[in-house]
Amino acid sequence: MDWQAFWLTIRLAVLVAAILVIVGLPIAYWISYSRWRWKFLAEAVVALPIVLPPTVLGFYVLVALGPRSPLGRWWEALTGHTLAFTFEGLVIGSIIYSLPFAVQPFAASFAAVDPRLIAASATLGVSKLQTFFRVILPLSVSGLVTGVALSFAHTMGEFGVVLMVGGNIPGVTRTVSIDIYDKVQSFNYTAANATALLLLAISFVVLSVVYALNRRVWALWPWK
Amino acid sequence: MTCRLLAWLLTCITALAVPAAGEITAAAAADLNAALTEIAANYQKATGNTVRLVFGSSGNLFNQIQNGAPFDVFFSADLDYPQKLVGAGVAEPSSLYRYAVGRLVLWIPASSPLDVEQRGMNALLDPSVKKIAIANPQHAPYGRAAVAALKHFGLYDKVADRLVLGENVSQAAQFVESGNAQAGIVALSHALAPAMKDKGRYWEIPADAYPALEQGVVILSHSPNKKEAAAFLEYLKTATSVAVLRRYGFSLPEARKLEEKH
Repeated sequence: MDWQAFWLTIRLAVLVAAILVIVGLPIAYWISYSRWRWKFLAEAVVALPIVLPPTVLGFYVLVALGPRSPLGRWWEALTGHTLAFTFEGLVIGSIIYSLPFAVQPFAASFAAVDPRLIAASATLGVSKLQTFFRVILPLSVSGLVTGVALSFAHTMGEFGVVLMVGGNIPGVTRTVSIDIYDKVQSFNYTAANATALLLLAISFVVLSVVYALNRRVWALWPWK
Repeated sequence: MTCRLLAWLLTCITALAVPAAGEITAAAAADLNAALTEIAANYQKATGNTVRLVFGSSGNLFNQIQNGAPFDVFFSADLDYPQKLVGAGVAEPSSLYRYAVGRLVLWIPASSPLDVEQRGMNALLDPSVKKIAIANPQHAPYGRAAVAALKHFGLYDKVADRLVLGENVSQAAQFVESGNAQAGIVALSHALAPAMKDKGRYWEIPADAYPALEQGVVILSHSPNKKEAAAFLEYLKTATSVAVLRRYGFSLPEARKLEEKH
């Protein structure tokens, strides 16, 4: 069991899930409440990572953000290194890759908030931001938890992007999924099995939490 | 109606999955990409028979074969994997044949200021070299050769923290080609491949710096197309095919032995 790879992956997944809350909430809010006629285009862009193979994303991070592109040169001038083979590279790749898994549950739960409550809040002179934090967000907790859990789990299980841009550096870009791949490649099935089982268990727990929360609350505590 | 549609769909799917007669599927090490593609095209022109090519790291392909992958022939980048397959009873012992010897080069992008021709391996110590791409030594023969060569020159410990590992030797070359790594230890066949030739410069690592990359091929025991596979392997020994292999930077086992005698 490669604990270094395990904790690296946890760190990556937690960081990505946290950033996606900050980035995802405004996007989800805008998707839920905007009346812009071309909004569907933005929705399609957000959903792209669901259908695109991770290799497409990996390819773009490697080439379009590589040192041969203006964007990549700008990044290199700023940080002194390219995005490939770095932890930041994985973070950026994972944020894009998991974006719909955060934004879509957020947006769905915002849309389910009774518009009369929002209108009532507005008539009482509360600002939009205040309304968001005091009315919309408390009513969207299950969607929030779903989005966070899904983006966490999705990042934990990410493989294609990491394989393409990571360069397999221990402690920097060697994640659990890469570690499992390497172990299978070198016929170390016992070790691969141990790691795979742990990943399976974590994924099961995370998804169970998601589905449990999406039931009605009193169904969770039947003895209440 | 639904039943008939379903039956029709199933027929289509099975028709797609079963290769046409005379067609074989060859799994091949990543370093053979350009050479074998050309040889297979020549073979098809000459005989009308198709060879479907699957490229990957030898270790990966070996693993897939052990788990029943439906390949007919396996071109490894070493002799170990084919020998192990023979030992496991998965490959035909009589078909094992050394078809080429791979050569290792230090490869840098064309735009690099490094003078590899002069400095050789020591160019890797240059501070401008932030990442060095090699194939993963855990499962790619070229990765193991690269590590051996670095150790031979006493450089391994000095550059270990700058190594990035490609899943196979082609990915290592691609890391350099895309500019993300400043140097790589790859197969000469990559440096000479049409898509890469103008994009980089190379320095050939002397053959005594790493264990010989003798590459073996075997026909797999479960193949239903052994005759067709054997015919393709025979074609590989023809002067035309040998010329292609040489042009892409492989030497031949026999030629190598002669060189050593002189």
